[in-house]
Amino acid sequence: MNNLDMSVNIAGISLKNPIVTASGTFGNGWEISRYYDLSELGAVTSKAITLSPKQGNPPPRIAETDSGVLNSVGLQNSGIEFFLKYDLPNLRRYDTKVIANISGNTIEENCEIAKRLGGEVDFIELNISCPNVKQGGVAFGTDPRIVYDITGRVREHCSVPLIVKLSPNVTDIVEIAVAAQKGGANALSLINTLLGMKIDVNTRKPILANNTGGLSGPAVKPVAVRMVWQVAKNVDLPIIGMGGIMSGEDAAEFILAGASAVAVGTANLVTPTAALDIKKQFVQYLVKNKIKNVKDIIGAVIAN
Amino acid sequence: MEKTHSCTIVKKTMLCPDTYDFVVNFPQEPKPGQFVHISCGEGVMLRRPMSVCDYFDNNLRFSFAVRGKGTKLLAQHSVGDKLDILGPLGTNFGVDKKGDGVSLVIGGGIGIFPLFYTAKFLGEKTEAILGFRTKDLVIMEDDFNAVCSKTHIVTDDGSYNCAGLVTDIFKERLQKGDITSVYTCGPRGMMKAVAEIAAENDIFCEVSLEERMGCGIGSCAVCVCKIKGKYLKVCQNGPIFNAREVDFDE
Ligand SMILES: Cc1cc2nc3c(=O)[nH]c(=O)nc-3n(C[C@H](O)[C@H](O)[C@H](O)COP(=O)(O)OP(=O)(O)OC[C@H]3O[C@@H](n4cnc5c(N)ncnc54)[C@H](O)[C@@H]3O)c2cc1C
Ligand SMILES: Cc1cc2nc3c(=O)[nH]c(=O)nc-3n(C[C@H](O)[C@H](O)[C@H](O)COP(=O)(O)O)c2cc1C
Repeated sequence: MNNLDMSVNIAGISLKNPIVTASGTFGNGWEISRYYDLSELGAVTSKAITLSPKQGNPPPRIAETDSGVLNSVGLQNSGIEFFLKYDLPNLRRYDTKVIANISGNTIEENCEIAKRLGGEVDFIELNISCPNVKQGGVAFGTDPRIVYDITGRVREHCSVPLIVKLSPNVTDIVEIAVAAQKGGANALSLINTLLGMKIDVNTRKPILANNTGGLSGPAVKPVAVRMVWQVAKNVDLPIIGMGGIMSGEDAAEFILAGASAVAVGTANLVTPTAALDIKKQFVQYLVKNKIKNVKDIIGAVIAN
Repeated sequence: MEKTHSCTIVKKTMLCPDTYDFVVNFPQEPKPGQFVHISCGEGVMLRRPMSVCDYFDNNLRFSFAVRGKGTKLLAQHSVGDKLDILGPLGTNFGVDKKGDGVSLVIGGGIGIFPLFYTAKFLGEKTEAILGFRTKDLVIMEDDFNAVCSKTHIVTDDGSYNCAGLVTDIFKERLQKGDITSVYTCGPRGMMKAVAEIAAENDIFCEVSLEERMGCGIGSCAVCVCKIKGKYLKVCQNGPIFNAREVDFDE
């Protein structure tokens, strides 16, 4: 294991390993850090940050589906000030990179949050793909012109690399990825959740108070792998792949498809140590397949 | 560091149709009102929250009604099987705030489970008021009798003891003027009514809330309830809340 090189590079910044947590499934680290040392991770991603505190949607906010989870949290968070004052200093105690996920209602709000974050975090991840809010979110992420525009304008206010997080709720993911690249994105993360719905057939009511929600977990993994593969072939930006990663082999699948790092989301809801467990299993995969350097398998799928 | 526990089932009983009682080895002593988050087996992904019903000699007791896929899978387990359990989690009932008088535990249906362990902490001056839909669903009467000075049971349809609601007995019992605390768990409407009566009589009252849950530890923010106008997480800020602070109508 000593001669195993797990480090990967995202937009000029080295992560010591490719395992990252996905936004919104990890809080801001306080809880999960009671189960393992966060320094084990390549990076952690904050919960969505907005300018002022946000209440989120009414409950129920979660429904389990076959091999998946629907959520409609709606970006509940304590706002940028709280993040900078309490959450970030706590995350900085760990030897891991910090990705700040930002989800402003407007382009201006995202610019303002990026400005306030300054160089305090390692990356900014612009969420233009949340399906659970009326303003911003996925409304930004499905039109290539808007993606180009918002990426460019937020980029101007970032002192650190900008990752744009893409929505799978589009016909052509490559078109959106290209727009983000042209707008100046330094990296991409994909995928956010797929818009879904679950109905209680006896009461005839949707389970979620918001009617619809974002689908995540193993059910979306094949879609996510396909999108990572398509984007990696057509866009020259590092990718953080996510969507249903529950094991080390799932992580390997995304990396083979072209992701430089992978994020663990829904698995954190199942077991607090999920990301650490996945990292250990991923190491086993590398050892078993005699791979000494993770970078050797990024995009190494042997496609037909 | 905290971790999940791999627990062996040492006892399984059926309390009434579709309601089971499990005892498992468990290394961590819970506080009254806390819950555990249980992995139900292949076929469901998310854990299911269950209140601590009792704890003795490194054994945890929890009881549950079969509702959907998760609880159905859980019920299929047998003595000797292992369960992956996270916990104990959440806040506890403030048994230290019970006051000098009589404490009441008021429960409806499957809401009675956390009240049993709680009653053990409240001491002998505790009385239980338990409501069930019908005679066949009346459970744990002997258990409560063993730890409470009196156990009042009512059924919605009067098929066992008197017909009525737990709130009828609660109001009646208030006449003596010796109640100083109330701990309640059950259907939302019931808890709301109990909370209102407690507030009118200026009696300390705590409730155990339920909401559909994800991680169980506070990191995903799905299981929220409105408390004093703000969404708080049932798994982390609760499940126990001061009844006066709960916005029951939200
Ligand atoms: C803190 C707490 C303590 C609880 N203690 C007990 C107990 O001691 N005994 C008992 O019988 N029941 C208890 N419940 C309710 C129990 O968790 C649900 O009945 C159970 O999760 C239903 O799962 P299912 O798969 O059978 O149902 P499904 O409806 O198929 O569940 C689907 C999803 O909804 C969630 N869910 C559904 N109903 C509830 C609910 N009422 N509360 C929370 N999540 C729900 C499930 O976790 C799952 O994610 C408790 C709930 C909470 C929040
Ligand atoms: C409960 C929950 C909350 C989420 N919140 C956010 C969020 O605030 N911002 C964001 O960009 N993505 C959010 N996501 C999406 C995840 O970060 C991730 O992109 C998606 O769930 C796919 O990965 P997974 O299948 O491993 O969960 C959330 C997902 C879940 C399940």
